[in-house]
Amino acid sequence: MANYYIPANYLIKNICDVEIIEAPFITTQTIELGNKYSPEFVCTPFKYTLGTMIECLDKGANMLLQFGGGCRYGYYSELQEQILKDLGYKFELVNLITAGKINIKKIYKIIKKIDKNFKVSKGLYYLYITVNMIKYMDKIDDYIRQNIGFEVEKNSFNNLLKEMLEKFKTVNNPIQLYILYKIYFKKFKKIKINKPKNCLKVGIIGELYTLMEPFSNYFLEKELASFNIEIKRFTNVNYLLFDNKKIVNKALKKSKKYMKYKMCADSSTNVYWAKYLGINKYDGIIHIKSSFCTPEIGVMPILDKIANDYNIPIIYFSFDANTSEVGIKTRLEAFYDMLEMRRK
Amino acid sequence: MNCYLGVDIGSISTKGVIIDENNNIITSAYIWTEGNPVNAVKNLIEILKKDLNSKYIVKGIGTTGSARKLIGLLLNANIVKNEIMAHAVGTLALYPDVKTILEIGGQDSKIILLNNGIITDYAMNTLCAAGTGSFLSSQAKRLNINIEDFGSLALKSTNPVKIAARCTVFAESDLIHKAQVGYKKEDIVAGLCKSIVLNYLNNVGKGKKIKSPVIFQGGVSKNIGVLKYFKEILNTDVIVDPNSHLMGALGIAILAKKNKTNNIYDLNIKNIDFLTKANECKGCSNNCEILKIYKDDKLIDIWGNRCDRYIKN
Repeated sequence: MANYYIPANYLIKNICDVEIIEAPFITTQTIELGNKYSPEFVCTPFKYTLGTMIECLDKGANMLLQFGGGCRYGYYSELQEQILKDLGYKFELVNLITAGKINIKKIYKIIKKIDKNFKVSKGLYYLYITVNMIKYMDKIDDYIRQNIGFEVEKNSFNNLLKEMLEKFKTVNNPIQLYILYKIYFKKFKKIKINKPKNCLKVGIIGELYTLMEPFSNYFLEKELASFNIEIKRFTNVNYLLFDNKKIVNKALKKSKKYMKYKMCADSSTNVYWAKYLGINKYDGIIHIKSSFCTPEIGVMPILDKIANDYNIPIIYFSFDANTSEVGIKTRLEAFYDMLEMRRK
Repeated sequence: MNCYLGVDIGSISTKGVIIDENNNIITSAYIWTEGNPVNAVKNLIEILKKDLNSKYIVKGIGTTGSARKLIGLLLNANIVKNEIMAHAVGTLALYPDVKTILEIGGQDSKIILLNNGIITDYAMNTLCAAGTGSFLSSQAKRLNINIEDFGSLALKSTNPVKIAARCTVFAESDLIHKAQVGYKKEDIVAGLCKSIVLNYLNNVGKGKKIKSPVIFQGGVSKNIGVLKYFKEILNTDVIVDPNSHLMGALGIAILAKKNKTNNIYDLNIKNIDFLTKANECKGCSNNCEILKIYKDDKLIDIWGNRCDRYIKN
């Protein structure tokens, strides 16, 4: 998923003695593979991950890690395992989440099985670095998202990001990582941008996989940046792994008007964020999900209400392996025109 | 005298208008696209040219509709915009106080909500062609009715049948069933018109507050049967402009006027050789479909690449 494979690989590489097969970038071939072997009405993340799994197995992997929970996703790894075994692949699939919770004992047992020499202290040490790496990456990403639409020289942000991530792969201790992060943050701030003071600002909310994997949302953020729009996205791995509970509780407290009980997956936080975007006078909200994503479908009527209360336009996109790219572009273009027109 | 050309190239029909400085329509044309937008536009321009006095010079060209990008290249347009903007601008020129625009075209349908001349919300149908013009015309063909007579036949009915209109496929099988048990043709036609309205309001208009004045446009607005059921179900007056089919073209012509440069445009495109060549890129497993656009054997643009492998020149 996006660049997050870097910290994940970093952690595994450093705590146990295994060879890591990097999952190839998602392409149309991945989706075709996933589509072919998935149930038709399952949501797109299932198809994408299944396609990626097949590609990894073809490259010679014999163990797959899966990290899923929250909604239907919690059942996916068992189903994917069965599908792949029926196809004749021989491998072991490990889901790090059991019944919606991270089971530390189970994870310890798994690692011990992979590598007998595993030491807890070493594991915790590298886990600490990895957690920080994710936090720094998310902070940098946030800054990039706000400014990439205004870069003077094309690709300057992406090139620097690539350079930074390469350096991140080689760090040995938390201090080194911190210094790298500080250096690169300064470098990012030095990149020339041509940003007007009252540029259009849009918030993107919705289902997490579609939000975070650029291929699955047809590079929506890139498209928005080309319109010179500042982008705000809340969902990132930092939120999913560490801040989730805190934000969900806050969301329930702050958006009592719109919901009484906690909703499935990220629905409650999406309500809270939509309200945040409304209060902070953003120009628009884009809500994206994969087709048939039940939690996000459930939240749409509430979002409509918020949009109405705060007079902020909202547009919904459902992505599927068969979505027409032209259709998305037309709607997005019209959304941009509308925001421009409202500003005037 | 200056004039401005707006072309709206839809899936089914191609529309063109030429306006003067005061947004008055000097001449207009409406022809079928027949799956070949380049040819359709060539014919369209010839028709428009016939009625255009030689004292007019074209100072701006705009294109909209699903083939807007291609035709924009062909005509060297100074503005290429999506249909939603074009329809809103065109309608606002004639009805400045419009609050809701209902539009049903050949392949898509949309709703645009406005307030004080500003678009505040819009929606477009997704995934499904139920309730669009092409569905109506295919059903008309099945029932052996002229699409032009469709509306007036529907008005004759006193007892429209109920048709499951969730999806064109379901609607069609339901329709066959209704015909086979002996319903009258006009009742079936009326049922179809009603189902289009219901489908539109449930799909595209879902959750939108429809306030009057309501304006109905697009090709299907010429169908008086559909119009009747819109009025009945919305319980408000629905206006159909005599030029309702030209609104997109008018809007884009106005936008071309607003964005005019000092260029003067030539409408002699009849003999320009315009060609699109498609091939699949084998650079990676994405297999992008690369479209190369040639104008008189000269490559003028490349579309469809996800990376920087293919860049013009």
